[in-house]
Amino acid sequence: MKLDQLKELIQSEFPDSIIGEDENSSPQALLIKPEFIHSVCVLLHANEQTYFDQLSCLTGLDNGPESETMEVIYNLYSIPYDLHFMIKVVLDRPKPSVDSVSDIWNGANWHEREAYDLYGIHFNNHPNLRRILLPNDWEGFPLKKDYVEQEKYHEVKVKY
Amino acid sequence: MNETEISQIGGLKTGEGGIIVSKLDDLLNWARLSSLWPVGFGLACCAIEFMSTASSAYDLDRFGIIPRNSPRQADVMIVSGTVTFKMADRVKRLYEQMAEPKYVISMGSCANCGGPYWEHGYHVLKGVDRVIPVDVYVPGCPPRPEALIGGFLKLQEKIRSESIMRPKALEKLMEQKNEA
Amino acid sequence: MWSRRNITRLKLNTKIPLTLSSTYLQKFEPLKHKESDLKSEEMIDNVGPQHPATHGVLRLEVISDGEIVKDVVPHIGYLHRCFEKHAESLAYNQVIPYTDRMDYVAAMNNEWAFVMGVEKMLDIDQEIPKRVEYIRVLVAELNRLASHFVSIGTYGLDIGAITPFLWMMRDREHILRMLEWASGARMLYNYIWVGGLFYDLPVGFEEQAKEFVDYLKPKLKEVETLLISNKIFIERTANVGVLPLDLAVNYGITGPMIRASGLKFDLRKVDKYSVYPEIEFNVPIGKGEMGNIGDCWDRNWVRYMECLESVKIIEQCVEKLLGDHKRTREFDPRQMVPKKIRPKAQDLYVRAENPKGELGFFFRADGRSDQPFRCKARGPSFSNLSVLPEISKGCMIADLFAIVGSLDLLMGEVDR
Repeated sequence: MKLDQLKELIQSEFPDSIIGEDENSSPQALLIKPEFIHSVCVLLHANEQTYFDQLSCLTGLDNGPESETMEVIYNLYSIPYDLHFMIKVVLDRPKPSVDSVSDIWNGANWHEREAYDLYGIHFNNHPNLRRILLPNDWEGFPLKKDYVEQEKYHEVKVKY
Repeated sequence: MNETEISQIGGLKTGEGGIIVSKLDDLLNWARLSSLWPVGFGLACCAIEFMSTASSAYDLDRFGIIPRNSPRQADVMIVSGTVTFKMADRVKRLYEQMAEPKYVISMGSCANCGGPYWEHGYHVLKGVDRVIPVDVYVPGCPPRPEALIGGFLKLQEKIRSESIMRPKALEKLMEQKNEA
Repeated sequence: MWSRRNITRLKLNTKIPLTLSSTYLQKFEPLKHKESDLKSEEMIDNVGPQHPATHGVLRLEVISDGEIVKDVVPHIGYLHRCFEKHAESLAYNQVIPYTDRMDYVAAMNNEWAFVMGVEKMLDIDQEIPKRVEYIRVLVAELNRLASHFVSIGTYGLDIGAITPFLWMMRDREHILRMLEWASGARMLYNYIWVGGLFYDLPVGFEEQAKEFVDYLKPKLKEVETLLISNKIFIERTANVGVLPLDLAVNYGITGPMIRASGLKFDLRKVDKYSVYPEIEFNVPIGKGEMGNIGDCWDRNWVRYMECLESVKIIEQCVEKLLGDHKRTREFDPRQMVPKKIRPKAQDLYVRAENPKGELGFFFRADGRSDQPFRCKARGPSFSNLSVLPEISKGCMIADLFAIVGSLDLLMGEVDR
């Protein structure tokens, strides 16, 4: 199944959900409006022509303070059809939030927690959204481009 | 059993005779350094090297070094790998749970000073000696098993020179310094 | 020694350290379950993070009712070494040593996956010389053997069999020494470079590999009789921790675990990367010979069968490396190594079959710098661990460690 067909499939269900496409990326990617991500994922997961039954990877991404955007990138894979697909969602940097897909793929649960931990992206309807890698009293989100390490953690120097 | 048979096996073991005169210091040190039992826990890559050191090819048992699973039964702690800030409190707690006398071997560059994670590792403790006192540092990333065995031998050397007498002269000096 | 006076003084000076109090650590790493919500016969056990049976620094919050496990909550992050921050701050070729330290018992496979991604971004992945590719397959399969040896050996140790561990570590030592001969390091190699290799194989390596494989075959048979088909081992692992296939797919489980659940899914066959299409090997899947499909015994058995397949692959590689692609005076493993690694702006997701499962890297290159703008590593153990609460509900506490061992976790990869 080509990108055009996937685009048609999504457009027939949700006409104004697609913002653009990215030919440069591999696998090919579609840009989707954040409010549609959950319903598009449900469609792609359940549709007989796609069956994207595995979420390979979920990546948070910070474009830096100048661009005022953050991104979440979903890498889907369909085992029966050997299909790869990438979905990108662009979020507002000061208050990034997007719907969780962990009710579709259970594997997304920890990936979303990780994105929250390192970027501060809030996933709505997530069952257990708290820090996963860093301790609870850590300050800041370390993979943001303007992150500055805290001076001390439990009276031990962090920054050198 | 007749007398010739007894003499063949070297006499009956009656507990009589066989006196060794030694200093108490030497006896205690000898006992301590010949059975260094490390806490059996691993942190990162170095733990795998510690595993190979303890298993067939390098065989730590011949030095009397047998990993124990409880800190209460252990004499020495091998910090084998990267210590993160989340783990640092745990390592400290393990150290405090060990009974005296206790020793620490810091294994690998990460535990020595942060190693390759020095510059950008925001979550890595830059050396385990910021949390607990360290006796022997073993360099390497990860150290070869020979290097770890070398570390143990260094620790044995250190224990050999210990004394149970309180260092009176040193204490007096410290008191004078504190008063001044 | 100590007089009575000294002892009293010692007591007076003793302060209970802060970290020894039970509430101190819970403040920063809170439990998921509250003690007030538990039923009267339930209790919270804290396992780890220094427990020897948890394979590194994994912490489990276990809700138990007597011997029966009600719920398990894994707490991770005790080995979070900021891989992604390092990848963003360093040039592409400098990141390779950090990929080694993710899955540290299979470093060759890790760096190969990373290098494959960078080569794809630079569009040189089709131009790599055949000999280089065969050497990569050879060292990666050797390392896969080493990784599975650790996995099978420590799994025996978890369950109470010490001898298999010692035997597997003995055989693993031969592999480490061979790889050290080639690369200069025992565990973390930095041998596979973008576009080529650090060096060609040392003279005599191929023959040595052949000799090693001949030595290994009877040894593997010994392990089969000693551990895999041992009655006690089967009793401990069969029908324990059954992972159904639909759950496995939904959780993003890959590698030997999903194959043990009965799906023939191996990226070496599916993606056909490198020279794997030219090599003949089978993909073993779990058949449920001792119990249900996807139990702990199946997972371990699949790993064991993969060792046999790796041996086959190594034999074929050696044959090719001594035959069609043998070493010549002109061959330079660094001839394709780029002077400057600056891919054009793009996003890329690359994946490869690691001993633990699918290792994926997501790259974003901005086209202006020598460093990745974003590099996310998707470790197979990370996803494999997340299924633990599902498959360990209702089992005995002793079985919990059989299940944790059969996942073949490596915390360096879970936490990165």
